[in-house]
Amino acid sequence: MGDVAFHTATTVDEALSLVGDGSNVKVVAGGSDLIVQARGGRELPGNVVAIHRIEALRSLDASGDLTLGALVTHADIVASDAIRSTWTALADASAIVGSHATRNVGTIGGNVMNASPAMETGAPLIVLDASATLRSAAGGDRTVPVEELWTGPGKTSAKPGELLVDVVVPSLPAHSGSAYVRLEYRRAMEIAIVGAAASVTLDGDTVTAARVALTAVGPTLLRSPAAEAAVIGTTGDDAALEAVATGASADATPISDLRANEDYRRAMIGVIAKRAVSVAVRRARGEEFPIPATPVFMEGSGR
Amino acid sequence: MKHAATLNVNGMAYPVELEGDATLLNAIREDIGLTGTKTGCDDCECGACMVMVDGRPVNSCTYLALQAEGSEITTVEGLADGEDLSAMQSAFLDKGGVQCGYCTPGMLVSAHALLRRNPDPSEEEVRIALSGNLCRCTGYAKIAEAVMAAAKATA
Ligand SMILES: Cc1cc2nc3c(=O)[nH]c(=O)nc-3n(C[C@H](O)[C@H](O)[C@H](O)COP(=O)(O)OP(=O)(O)OC[C@H]3O[C@@H](n4cnc5c(N)ncnc54)[C@H](O)[C@@H]3O)c2cc1C
Ligand code: FES
Ligand code: FES
Repeated sequence: MGDVAFHTATTVDEALSLVGDGSNVKVVAGGSDLIVQARGGRELPGNVVAIHRIEALRSLDASGDLTLGALVTHADIVASDAIRSTWTALADASAIVGSHATRNVGTIGGNVMNASPAMETGAPLIVLDASATLRSAAGGDRTVPVEELWTGPGKTSAKPGELLVDVVVPSLPAHSGSAYVRLEYRRAMEIAIVGAAASVTLDGDTVTAARVALTAVGPTLLRSPAAEAAVIGTTGDDAALEAVATGASADATPISDLRANEDYRRAMIGVIAKRAVSVAVRRARGEEFPIPATPVFMEGSGR
Repeated sequence: MKHAATLNVNGMAYPVELEGDATLLNAIREDIGLTGTKTGCDDCECGACMVMVDGRPVNSCTYLALQAEGSEITTVEGLADGEDLSAMQSAFLDKGGVQCGYCTPGMLVSAHALLRRNPDPSEEEVRIALSGNLCRCTGYAKIAEAVMAAAKATA
């Protein structure tokens, strides 16, 4: 690694002034992406601004909409009863990030700004209609729906010098449920082969609203309009779930890499999207379903 | 660029001079000289380098040392109670949870971090908490047994 000047900010304003116009500088929250990448050869810039001591970015407020300060960790998310019961897909996702150390160090802000198409919280945040608040010294705050934030692998629409301050997830109508499921080769320290999140709202037995998003089958996280259309207006019965699978596979644009080839990813995204929708519907009906919803914990669930 | 800093490790304050990109693992082993914490993969995969920062488990090989300034760092050397092994350390020996010993410091730190948060874990919770710690010798069963025994002993 090169010659790096290290700075610690204790307020957002201090961080913004240290980051300046964003050239030759990176912020570090937990470092579980940045430092791992740096040790893998992607050199750190000349300045690193540590933001982990900014108390104001630690808050987790679930009293109305959910507001997650950028420094909220995956462990904080999993430990929140409000998130587990209301924004369940997010808890499903944070529960399977890395290991206990990764979950204690890794932040929601780092996960979002690292912008990996395989990131765990991405698909849940999309189906839960989340927005990111970006702040800059010159421009103040602006709100960006997460779907518009991620523009490519490792790329966001944040401008140089902008800091993510929080992620806001709206509260949900009654009789809603959500889930995130990933396909994995092993339980821990894993990167999604594919993953899917679903969020549904019921009127009686009928699904009146649905959002489905897909992980690791495109250059960014993807919505699946075909999967959504397949379940809206149904009861989430087997025929609808089969149509969800077909729709998700059709909307996916996977690549082949050393973890899986394109055909396997396309086939599996259907299976995983179907499971995510099925669990979301069951949760919307008020059925208990374990967190995380990823299959190894599904023993006895009848699937 | 060297930065003067103080790292608090196992209750002692160590003045150090560190590069901006120095890892906590290197600071602990090379600058401070506590070599109980091991270098395994040096890439955040194996858990041999696990330490606690303010009670939370951290892979020190991929954590910036200067981020730990102002925190309490605990390494395997800080787990014993003076000359007496902690209940966890004794249980690892009693149950055969140690073979070559290379993973042991990291395992012990992860296990201590778990019991701090959850003094009465299920075996499933123990396995989840240790899933970032690789062991090529024991097959894990005896390690999980040791953690369960230590939890019982300290409950
Ligand atoms: C062993 C291991 C396993 C992992 N497993 C998973 C997994 O299963 N699923 C998964 O999704 N991820 C996984 N990760 C990746 C990583 O842990 C997560 O993405 C984590 O949430 C990153 O948070 P961080 O605070 O450590 O990010 P950092 O590394 O501190 O930052 C990541 C990037 O975001 C930028 N950044 C951070 N905070 C802000 C902010 N507030 N404003 C603007 N930019 C910011 C940084 O400059 C950097 O470019 C794993 C990592 C490791 C090492
Ligand atoms: S040496 Fe840090 S995880 Fe392997
Ligand atoms: S005892 Fe040898 S690696 Fe675990």
